[in-house]
Amino acid sequence: MRRLAQLLVLTLLVSGAEPAAAERLVVSLSNHRVAVTSNFVGEELVLFGTIEPEPTTSALRPPYDLVVTVTGPRQTIRTRRKQRIVGIWVNADSREFVRVPAYLAVLSNRPVNDIANPDMLRRLQIGLDNFLLPQRIGSDVADTVRDDPFRRAFVRLQTQQGLYRESATAVTFLTPTVFRAAVPMPAAVPTGSYGIEVELFTRGALVARTNSALDVIKTGFEQYVADAARDYGLLYGMATALMALLIGWIASLVFARD
Amino acid sequence: MQIYLPIADLPVNVFLVLGMGLAVGYISGMFGIGGGFLMTPLLIFIGISPAVAVATVSSHIAASSFTGAISYWRKRALDIALALMLLSAGIVGTAIGVWLFTELRALDQLDLMIGLSYVTLLTVVGATMIYESWRAIMRTRHGMPATLRRPGSHTWFHGLPFKLRFKRSKIYVSAIPVWAIGLVIGFLGAIMGIGGGFLLVPMLIYLLRVPTATVIGTSMVLTLVTMASATVMHAATNHLVDAVLALILMVGGVIGAQFGARTGQKMRGERLRLLLGLLVFAVGCRFAYELVVKPDDLYSLRYVRSE
Repeated sequence: MRRLAQLLVLTLLVSGAEPAAAERLVVSLSNHRVAVTSNFVGEELVLFGTIEPEPTTSALRPPYDLVVTVTGPRQTIRTRRKQRIVGIWVNADSREFVRVPAYLAVLSNRPVNDIANPDMLRRLQIGLDNFLLPQRIGSDVADTVRDDPFRRAFVRLQTQQGLYRESATAVTFLTPTVFRAAVPMPAAVPTGSYGIEVELFTRGALVARTNSALDVIKTGFEQYVADAARDYGLLYGMATALMALLIGWIASLVFARD
Repeated sequence: MQIYLPIADLPVNVFLVLGMGLAVGYISGMFGIGGGFLMTPLLIFIGISPAVAVATVSSHIAASSFTGAISYWRKRALDIALALMLLSAGIVGTAIGVWLFTELRALDQLDLMIGLSYVTLLTVVGATMIYESWRAIMRTRHGMPATLRRPGSHTWFHGLPFKLRFKRSKIYVSAIPVWAIGLVIGFLGAIMGIGGGFLLVPMLIYLLRVPTATVIGTSMVLTLVTMASATVMHAATNHLVDAVLALILMVGGVIGAQFGARTGQKMRGERLRLLLGLLVFAVGCRFAYELVVKPDDLYSLRYVRSE
């Protein structure tokens, strides 16, 4: 009985740390499975949602701000910097970004810096500047200041490829409580599991959050080829080499006529 | 028309890739080289990761050199004995090369090593070929025979033992330099990720005095075997060979190689060598430029692993 009371107190404390629950987010994603087929050139997913009052407290407190953060599967990526050594440009320095998302989109209805104060954004990891991108520095793994040249170069290069993005116009409010967010999936989108974090703010305070998920998968022929290459490397290689010989032979037959 | 590549993980334009295969295949058929030193940078340029590009190019080269070899075989412009001899040494060279590759990789400066050896080899070989073939062309202009084949013009290694007669190439040389050339080509091929045709062709011409006519077909047999085994090895160890990309490149490549082989046979030997020299030299300068001129972006990303 006493243990139960302790548990109850603990639960209350934990929920007390959560945002004041006057609002509830209900979201729905247009598609939970992005199928990469042979004619895949990218896709745009749509996340719809409404802001509902909690049954106990009926008051809604518009205007609202909404931030949607989509994170792709984790990868380790090395960022290298060239330097001139004896007249030649060589990769002199490099940093490893450990377990960072291969895809990262921060979508909001206005610039994230206008939505909440820097401390809160930092704590919630909202925005490309605030998202945790740990680097291996010596034997340590830690995120650096946002002005770190390697961090900036990494984010810039990922953005150039369309894999990282921060858009202050991707979320639109259809009514003060109904919103839609456009989630762009570029053609080079990595396959794997994606997480979607939705955070609702009003007047700079976090009031509700929810999450969703989606999978980017290869299907049909693409899946078959990728599986074969991974699981039966030797056979796959021999088949490819045989294909090369066959095509070479066919060509010489075709061209032997004249 | 876009098609998604299952291993490279990105969509490409089919006609663009087909065109690239055609163009490189034409050059490879004409000069008897694999064309890897042209195709790999092209693929990287359209966004395919260097590792996938290197692994996939090997199968493309295998296809275009096979079709080229068949057409030279039909025209009896192929010395199978010489090819087999070079091949037996080439395999040993490749094994040594693969071993050193792994050792160098641990030192983290492999990229620079590859870059520097590309520049040195391509510019030196290119310049030598331009110089020699230009002189040969000038000689024919003045009514002299293009190649000086004086009876006494033997180099020191013509005195070496284990002499063999290669009938088709009309040469009578020691097995030692033939073996050494095969070893060097296999070694460099493994280190630099190239078939080595652009090195083999001048070596056979200038060192062994093999006539230009049989050099190309012979070089193609060597390229075919090394590249076909490279395809299998890359697929078995790195799983990076993209069969869809390979197929598109191959179809373009074999057609190009057929037309290229025809042009090559019509052309005079010294002209052909001059053109190949210019091409090799130009690519060497391009690599040198990249090393010396400040790059647009000092930073670059390299995928390490998925978690």
